[in-house]
Amino acid sequence: MAKTQVSKKAGAKPASKKMPPPAAQKAAGKSAVKAKAVIAPTKLTLPKQIQLNMLDLMIKSRVLEERLIKVYKAGDSYFWIGAPGEEAFGVPLGLLVHKGQGVEYDYLHLHYRGTPTLVAMGMTMEDSLRLMMNRSTDPSTGGRNFCNHYCFPKWNVVPVTSPIEVQYGQAVGTALAQRRHKSKGISIVTGGDAGTAEGDFAGALVWSTRPGMELPMLITVQNNRMGISTSYETQHGEKHIADRGKAFGMRTTVVNGNDPIETYLAIQTEMEYIRRTGKPVLAEFEVSRLYGHSSADGANRRDGVCPIQDFEKHCVDQKFIKSSEIKQLWEDYDVQSRAAADLVRQEPVPTRESIWDHVYANNENADWRKF
Amino acid sequence: MASMAQAIRMALHVGESKLGVTEIFGEDVGAPLGGAFTVTQGLKTAWNSPLDERGIISTAIGLGLAGERCVAEIQFADYIFNTVDLLKIAGNTLWCSNGQYPMPIVVMTPNGAGIRGSIYHSHSFDSWATRLAGWKVVCPSTPLDAYGLMISAIKDPNPVLFLMPKALMRVRGEELIPGEPEDEKTLKAMIDAPIGDRSKWKAKWPELGEYEVAIGEAKITRSGDAATIVSFGRTMPLCNRVADMLREESGTEVEVIDLRSLYPYDWQTVKKSIQKTGRVLFVNEDTEVTNFGEHLSQRAVNELFYELMARPRVLAGKQLPGIGLHPNLEEASVPHLEDILHEARELLAEVP
Repeated sequence: MAKTQVSKKAGAKPASKKMPPPAAQKAAGKSAVKAKAVIAPTKLTLPKQIQLNMLDLMIKSRVLEERLIKVYKAGDSYFWIGAPGEEAFGVPLGLLVHKGQGVEYDYLHLHYRGTPTLVAMGMTMEDSLRLMMNRSTDPSTGGRNFCNHYCFPKWNVVPVTSPIEVQYGQAVGTALAQRRHKSKGISIVTGGDAGTAEGDFAGALVWSTRPGMELPMLITVQNNRMGISTSYETQHGEKHIADRGKAFGMRTTVVNGNDPIETYLAIQTEMEYIRRTGKPVLAEFEVSRLYGHSSADGANRRDGVCPIQDFEKHCVDQKFIKSSEIKQLWEDYDVQSRAAADLVRQEPVPTRESIWDHVYANNENADWRKF
Repeated sequence: MASMAQAIRMALHVGESKLGVTEIFGEDVGAPLGGAFTVTQGLKTAWNSPLDERGIISTAIGLGLAGERCVAEIQFADYIFNTVDLLKIAGNTLWCSNGQYPMPIVVMTPNGAGIRGSIYHSHSFDSWATRLAGWKVVCPSTPLDAYGLMISAIKDPNPVLFLMPKALMRVRGEELIPGEPEDEKTLKAMIDAPIGDRSKWKAKWPELGEYEVAIGEAKITRSGDAATIVSFGRTMPLCNRVADMLREESGTEVEVIDLRSLYPYDWQTVKKSIQKTGRVLFVNEDTEVTNFGEHLSQRAVNELFYELMARPRVLAGKQLPGIGLHPNLEEASVPHLEDILHEARELLAEVP
């Protein structure tokens, strides 16, 4: 159940008559901008086709991530980090983002668990594997960075960095540009719960809520209750990370990020609010981490709620799809992922000479030996 | 003549009025103060940020990702250190994205000692900055160069760190900026914010002309064939004075080079001069261990060993954790006129 909290300040303005309430609000049965409103739906739902599309993409993302792990374990790559367990958050986000290039579209400042979002946006398995296997054909980094460190300018997916939480401050910059251009685009930032201890997270709350200069940001936290090997309980005094936004008068929400329907509706609602008001939202999604932090701690399946299993059961119970059809989806994507890995394995790798490419724009010389 | 602060301010005005700069921001950068050194007074796009250096650099990066042109200020270089990982990101974004995301931002910050700034208003960041691959790093020593370098920095498609030597910010130049009124008082009345209530004040900008200093181009400020002194920023005027003193006292002609750009740097000008003189002294005020001058000195040894008449020297700040407030402490910590003169004499006296 999503628990959307709106400060009186943030929710004081009534909904625009020009903007009908989103489906999520209808489903919730309450205005999402009403002061201290709590979305308390009796039955969250979405059209069958959206649900089936989400299920399909969640399975595709999981199969791809498991293929990335296999590629790592086969010795075809050096490191794995990724998103198994975050599909019920990432796929709805990818489906709802207003994708395109430039300030008129949404910016995505992702952390290194963005595969479900990118799969939902249309990234191919091959392009994810090209990054994983450091091929020169890798459209994100040309073989320069780890897997899940995506970069797709055509969709405003800015480069993912290994330092955690720096993306929150950068999202302030793109959101500021969107505000200046009076665009309906918003800046979306994702990150883990442990990283919120960094000052950059607190900084983003400060910068996005400056009086009269509020920024159109969807600030999200994927709370899997672990930071590498350190549990949430040992480091966080706050009940919900989202509560920290209340001190800034921000609209906040806590969402079951293992439920794709609840997540879809919550993201849709919050995006609509941000586009309409130009103000930020802090949204916390409770998610699973099913293969640990990264290959550094084994990348083996662990206990935890599997959002895909639960959603499969839901879709079967609803008679949207048969179990046999779901099984076929897994098999088809497995074949697809294997073929993609086989293809990418044959592709060229970066040359030694290319290290100086793109240090400066237009390949201006940056090698002091040639000054 | 304009001071360096006024010169940079005028360049920023050109930036926001003609070159597409949309945001000039930092701590106390907007009205009413207009910057700790008054560099941003009267600028229409200048605004005050939260007191958050990391937020300032992060926001600049985000603006760069969105293709905006911005100039961000860190109030003193002493406070830029907690942003180093962000500076690394700004410098590697184009490279990490395989050429897809340029980072056309300018970060300016007052640098170095010379204002009795004590431990946290006297740091130098220049040697640290040269380790930030992907950045261009400039440091002017005259108002005209400051104007021309800022114009170039704003136009550059790469991140540019603009180091402003604190001690020279109020020093007036000897050359007019194109369009600058000849009378200092006239310029002051036009672009300096008044004391007291500034709420209704607006700058009256002169019609400023085109002038750029190409990033990567040094300038020979004194010609000579007895020795070469290479410097930048605060120590540049001191090096010029040393050359003048040596000429006056013994007729010795020392060549002085203002590097102006630390990266990329103008090796060809430096090399040509060393080949002519056979003797070289590199002067700057950052701390001496792994100092940028050491890189230049090492390069001189490696490439010009058989053309040298004396061992190359580096005169830099002492390897100290801070610069003490009392003048005795500050002057003993970073190069001053007597130090440069002493090193220059030693260099000239060495017999191969």
